Amino acid sequence: MTDPLMKVENLEAWYGESKALHGMNFDVRPGELVTLIGRNGAGKSTTLRAIMGIVAKRTGSIVFDGTQLIGRRTYQIARTGIAYCPEERAIFSSLNVAENLTLPPVLKAGGIPDADLLVQFPNLQRRLKSQGTKLSGGEQQMLAIARILRTGARFLLLDEPSEGLAPVVVKDIGEQILRLKAQGFTILLVEQNLSFARKVADRHVVVENGVVVDTLDAADLAANLDRVKHYLGV
Amino acid sequence: MFDHISIQLLLGQLLIGLINGSFYAMLSLGLAIIFGLIHVVNFAHGAQYMLGAFVALLMLNHLGIPYWGALVLAPLVVGAFGYAMELTILKPLRNLDHLYSLLATYAAVLIIEGLMRLEFGSSGLPYNSPLPGGINLGFMFLPWYRGWVVVFSLVVCVATWLLIEKTKLGAYLRAANERPEIVESFGINVPLMMSLTYAFGVALAGLGGVLAAPIYQVSPSMGSNLMIVIFAVVVIGGMGSILGAILTGYLIGIVEGLTKVFYPEASNLAIFVIMIIALILRPNGLFSAPESSR
Repeated sequence: MTDPLMKVENLEAWYGESKALHGMNFDVRPGELVTLIGRNGAGKSTTLRAIMGIVAKRTGSIVFDGTQLIGRRTYQIARTGIAYCPEERAIFSSLNVAENLTLPPVLKAGGIPDADLLVQFPNLQRRLKSQGTKLSGGEQQMLAIARILRTGARFLLLDEPSEGLAPVVVKDIGEQILRLKAQGFTILLVEQNLSFARKVADRHVVVENGVVVDTLDAADLAANLDRVKHYLGV
Repeated sequence: MFDHISIQLLLGQLLIGLINGSFYAMLSLGLAIIFGLIHVVNFAHGAQYMLGAFVALLMLNHLGIPYWGALVLAPLVVGAFGYAMELTILKPLRNLDHLYSLLATYAAVLIIEGLMRLEFGSSGLPYNSPLPGGINLGFMFLPWYRGWVVVFSLVVCVATWLLIEKTKLGAYLRAANERPEIVESFGINVPLMMSLTYAFGVALAGLGGVLAAPIYQVSPSMGSNLMIVIFAVVVIGGMGSILGAILTGYLIGIVEGLTKVFYPEASNLAIFVIMIIALILRPNGLFSAPESSR
């Protein structure tokens, strides 16, 4: 078995005085697509934010490609080769689509060139001059994912990319994520939509109350579906 | 009612309004940049403008650096002062309510002005115009220097606007205004960008001070007298709106000039009447930006 690309140990995180993560432990191997699944408020998104350093306080250990991320600032973490796509997409209203797309700088070699991004995400091509927030939800999600691919990061943190989207759009997003995996990206995906997660993931990490309560390989999910549904409350 | 108003008087006041508007635009531009990106209501802007004028004066008197040298060096000195002020006073307050940084910058005004008053007294000090003489336009005599101020400040305002609206750096600034943590997650050193943006806004205030030195007396209170108007300009234009600050600065200067023609008693009030009307009709300002998707 290959060594993990990212190893998270005893990760705790706070929002102000409120503790949101209570000792997360999991790892992600190179080229793997791992989902964090769990109920609303379980701590999935907070885990991604804690990895990126976007929480008020965090302790524990996050080792990425041999580098300890605890104690580093968000921009330093990004420069190690991690890119983050937030749940709310964060498309900038003061920028048009082209400006949103090219905003993240190229930090490392190996990023996808802008021209190739427009081939991979063709919907964006004809909306380049539109204000970013005028796009549909699905297009905004595509834009939010596309723009982080130019940085050269090979480890993607995707927070609920299917949220609030029509089934046909969710299918497109799923295909894009599988294409990214095929291109060699390692992906940590937060997802509440179990059927979506099942279609794309290699492994599922179940989160409850800020801790990991279960880990399942994709192949084992079908046999343990009732257990997982119980975790998710569905 | 307005029979006594000649075209010469009207055009003359329009031009004076344009000159005053140049200062309003340049100062409110710096203030809008600072508020727009780092959400600091920089009460010290007037004091930093005053520092620009004093640095130019001291450079001339003690180092023999003429106006044209000071025009470049004094804003750098004042900008460096702003950078130090941001690191020591404002950065620790970044995650607190805006009120704390407002109070901190107000305290800085009291300290800076107090120290300058101790050293230089309250009365103004003269700074000779680097462009003596002028031109008779028929309706008024325009000193060369005031013409230079109008042209130069217009160039600075347009260049700054282009920098922010049309360059990659400007795109970072605008995006960081909306979601700084997301811009930082792209690998951009947003904390440093914030400090440098504050320094840039302060340098603009310092540049305004250098421009003002040959027109007004250089005195510790020269900035305080202007700040109320500058804040009104920024509020009318829309807090943080760069274009709003520039256009409203010129607009207010011209309205003020015209009010002096038509109803001189109201010339000091006109700005605040406009501010009240603007706040009622568009509470976020005439040129406020749309919200981001969150």
